[in-house]
Amino acid sequence: MRESYKLIFERSREGRRSYDLPALDVPAVDAIPANMKNESKLDLPEVGEVDLVRHYTNLSRRNFGVDNGFYPLGSCTMKYNPKINEEVASMSENMHPLLDEDMAQGSLRLMYDLEGYLSEICGMDAFTLQPAAGAHGELTGLMLIRAYHEKRGDMERKTIIVPDAAHGTNPASAVMAGFKVKEIKSAPDGGVDLDALREAVGPDTAGLMLTNPSTLGLFERNIKEIAAIVHEAGGLLYYDGANLNAIMGIVRPGDMGFDVMHINLHKTFSTPHGGGGPGSGPVGFKKHLEPFMPVPVLVEREGMIEMDYDRPDTIGKVKNFYGNFGVIVRAYAYIRSLGGAGLKEASMNAVLNANYIKNALRGVFAIPHDRICMHECIVTPTEEMMEKGVHTTDIAKALIDRGYHPPTIYFPLIVHEAMMIEPTESESRETLDEFIEAMKDIANEALTNPESVHACPKNTPIGRPDETTAARKPIVRYTKPE
Amino acid sequence: MIPNDRKYTREHDWVKIEDGVAILGITDHAQEALGDIVYVELPDVDSEIAIGDSYTTVESVKAASPVDSPVAGKVIEVNEALDEQPELLNEDAYGQFIAKIEVTEVNEDALLTAEEYEQLLAEEE
Amino acid sequence: MKSYVPNTLKERREMLEAIGLKSMDELFSDIPADLRLNRELDLPAPMSEIELRDLMIGYILQNDEGGLLFRGAGAYRHYIPSVVPQLAARSEFYTAYTPYQAEMSQGMLQSIFEWQTVICNLTGMEASNASVYDGATAASEAILMMRDSKRKNKVLYSAGLNPDVICTIKTYAHCYGIELVEVPLNKDGITDMDALKAKLPESAGFIAAQPNYFGCIENMDAIAETVHEAKALLVSYVNPISLGAIKRPGDYGADIAIGDAQPMGLPLNFGGPYVGFMATSGKLIRNLPGRIAGETTDAEGGRAFVLTLQAREQHIRRDKASSNICSNQMLCAIMSTIYACTMGPEGMREVAEQNIAKAHYLASELCKIKGIKLRYETPFFNEFVIDTEIPAEQINEALKDMCIVGGLVLEDGGMLWCATEMNTKEDIDFLVDMLKNIVEGAEE
Repeated sequence: MRESYKLIFERSREGRRSYDLPALDVPAVDAIPANMKNESKLDLPEVGEVDLVRHYTNLSRRNFGVDNGFYPLGSCTMKYNPKINEEVASMSENMHPLLDEDMAQGSLRLMYDLEGYLSEICGMDAFTLQPAAGAHGELTGLMLIRAYHEKRGDMERKTIIVPDAAHGTNPASAVMAGFKVKEIKSAPDGGVDLDALREAVGPDTAGLMLTNPSTLGLFERNIKEIAAIVHEAGGLLYYDGANLNAIMGIVRPGDMGFDVMHINLHKTFSTPHGGGGPGSGPVGFKKHLEPFMPVPVLVEREGMIEMDYDRPDTIGKVKNFYGNFGVIVRAYAYIRSLGGAGLKEASMNAVLNANYIKNALRGVFAIPHDRICMHECIVTPTEEMMEKGVHTTDIAKALIDRGYHPPTIYFPLIVHEAMMIEPTESESRETLDEFIEAMKDIANEALTNPESVHACPKNTPIGRPDETTAARKPIVRYTKPE
Repeated sequence: MIPNDRKYTREHDWVKIEDGVAILGITDHAQEALGDIVYVELPDVDSEIAIGDSYTTVESVKAASPVDSPVAGKVIEVNEALDEQPELLNEDAYGQFIAKIEVTEVNEDALLTAEEYEQLLAEEE
Repeated sequence: MKSYVPNTLKERREMLEAIGLKSMDELFSDIPADLRLNRELDLPAPMSEIELRDLMIGYILQNDEGGLLFRGAGAYRHYIPSVVPQLAARSEFYTAYTPYQAEMSQGMLQSIFEWQTVICNLTGMEASNASVYDGATAASEAILMMRDSKRKNKVLYSAGLNPDVICTIKTYAHCYGIELVEVPLNKDGITDMDALKAKLPESAGFIAAQPNYFGCIENMDAIAETVHEAKALLVSYVNPISLGAIKRPGDYGADIAIGDAQPMGLPLNFGGPYVGFMATSGKLIRNLPGRIAGETTDAEGGRAFVLTLQAREQHIRRDKASSNICSNQMLCAIMSTIYACTMGPEGMREVAEQNIAKAHYLASELCKIKGIKLRYETPFFNEFVIDTEIPAEQINEALKDMCIVGGLVLEDGGMLWCATEMNTKEDIDFLVDMLKNIVEGAEE
């Protein structure tokens, strides 16, 4: 079963090739100054086409995606990625981004319309599609908050409040945007501690970053009070849209009082994660932040969509061109396929599936906050399991052997030994039932034969890797043996 | 168990002050809590450190722990062996220093005796 | 109506019963009633796959890709071998998340390791990360790397960087509180060395472009020497497809090499997704932002790949992290890796040489037309600037009628032209004939 797999560099044989180009039909020129020429042969693989194709085909078989099986990775919304979206996304591959506006009306119109749909779904006044990922959207949204306070001459507002249950990107993005971070402890149920928040806000408060449903998968019932506390203190509310899949068509961040937010199109709107990217992190905001949005801004004039760069208060640009267009097209197709009712149906079933799993695991695993959850639930090993030395990592590895991708583990940080399970609406009842059985089976094994759980995974191309040596003596590229 | 020849902080660091030079390191409890240490971010020699500045960050695979200095002054020496062998801190936390600082000021309030530190450990248990 | 929810209404009811609830609505009882959206979202009606395909074709028909393309300026049309999209379409790759569980993600982790090796070998550097969003964000991250490793708050950048890159680094630098200073180009379209020298003191480093936005090839040996004399870092923003012919950043001592790998196997796609790369000397490896794959062994001693040096990253270091990046552009990086492995050393050289030849042929033919002049005498790669007697906009409007996308009109009225291996001699000759007619027509 276990065998390592050669690198493409190790398959190289001098003189092999799998490319061809037409013969040069213009005179060759020797244009590069002598001291700027690359005289050496680049160290890249030389392989035949069939070997290259087999290499990557077989590499893909050593990987696991949503198309292979259940992937309940909490906070990541690993829903099914519809194939029609892939098809339509490839239609505009030859569009150069710097074509004149009149040549790109189809693409611009699609982006303009998507901005409108996202505004409606989220209760925001406008959206920009430029950010390339969720964290990039956070950074952009925080830049808007900063520009807003600066424009008002409110220069002391330099602190962003972040609950300790937040995604790590929240504090990291706040620091990148030039803010100080004030972390507040969560209430026992994982929600915002109102007293702690009241104490934290002040004349230095730029804003609060919040995920709702929270990272514990619970809806923040005090959201109106939270919004009032922050707004009264002069701060703005940032909504981390990572958990938007729970609430589409049910409640909107804009109506909850949020001023600015990002969406992960690669979570809620079904675009594939690509093994870690590309994603897309559109940012939505209320009217008062619109002057600061990144350029270009899409505007409709006389039936034409134009790109407006003349925005004196803009934060500028946050990346090349206009965003991850190919991802944007997929999300657009998803929304048009489902319509408003379909999006709501998706959210409702995502929540149903999560509660179904949580309910079935009650009594088998510990459930730290056992009330109706939203799109994800958190369970932990029981005391007895941990006494036998079986921890969350071991359960994750045992799931791998049973053909499942594990849930998100050890997050949120405020729950000891957390396993965060997000099934999404894509999964059928049988899939959920089988997963529940696998979890029960592992729980039983943990108590009766913990050694066997420790030995997992057994059915994978590699066993548990030595991460310590990898970090102490990093090898991050292949070098030919001497 | 806990060496008597130096002082401790509540954050599980030790400091030994000899002839105006503070020798700084982390305690055995700290290394054990971190697990396998994979990297020690050493300060630059000659850099000025204020009380409360984090003068080093000690990394394990899953954590990064900044270490705050209980003294102020100029860094005069760092333990370069940790560059190649960060695991030395796991093996002998009290025998391996991280940095030496020429002291201009000491935050005496923050320092515990071996006895007091032992008591702190007992309380945290 | 289209739905990707497999469970039937009956099954949903049964599941609700199992939980002990009567209605779907009860699932949302935590949400205050007055906040709930008590209407359906106001979105267009759902549609079937047939209707959706028609709709999308309708958008495409509103576009006009143009026939012949002679425009680059940061996004380039190159040959994409068919194996690239075919292999990247393996859904084991594209429907996976970040490879946090190494045992079931060896395919992705090894692919990242191969990408890192490709980037290191192309740039002549020792370490690479798993990618960032694009070239502009790579430059923005590089600014932070420079500041943090030099502990200086001033960073220089070349006026020869792509304007989108300049605009982006300004946005980021404002937030970081970093002072950005532009180093102008001289009359030959390359870095003004006197200005560089004058501005270097107290700077953390300098971001240069090779080739620069105007296509000109910079003397990076001289730049590297000057920058290093001032004890500053050199960041080289390169077009990776030029590296088959142009000296690699590592060979002239650059400390960080960055850029956008779009020219290696990625379609134009109206500006994205592309993929930013970042490579450094070994000693700066811990300053790299984002994910990095590393080689190690498993319990049985076999070779294994993992995400490593994770203690630098936001999910561990939170507000102390060097960057907030989480998702990157992994699938795009795989496509560029497959491209580089398909082309191999010979292909990378040949494609670079063809670009140089085509661009020079285009330039020399254009300059035969009365009233068109090459702006700089400096050697160039696959782009160059011309000045025209009749307004550039007028030229492009006329070319558009002939299904030709001409050079990009610059703010100062010049035109930035690009030719790659995709432009045949026949196409170039046709363009030149048309342009001749336009220019002569304008004179009459």
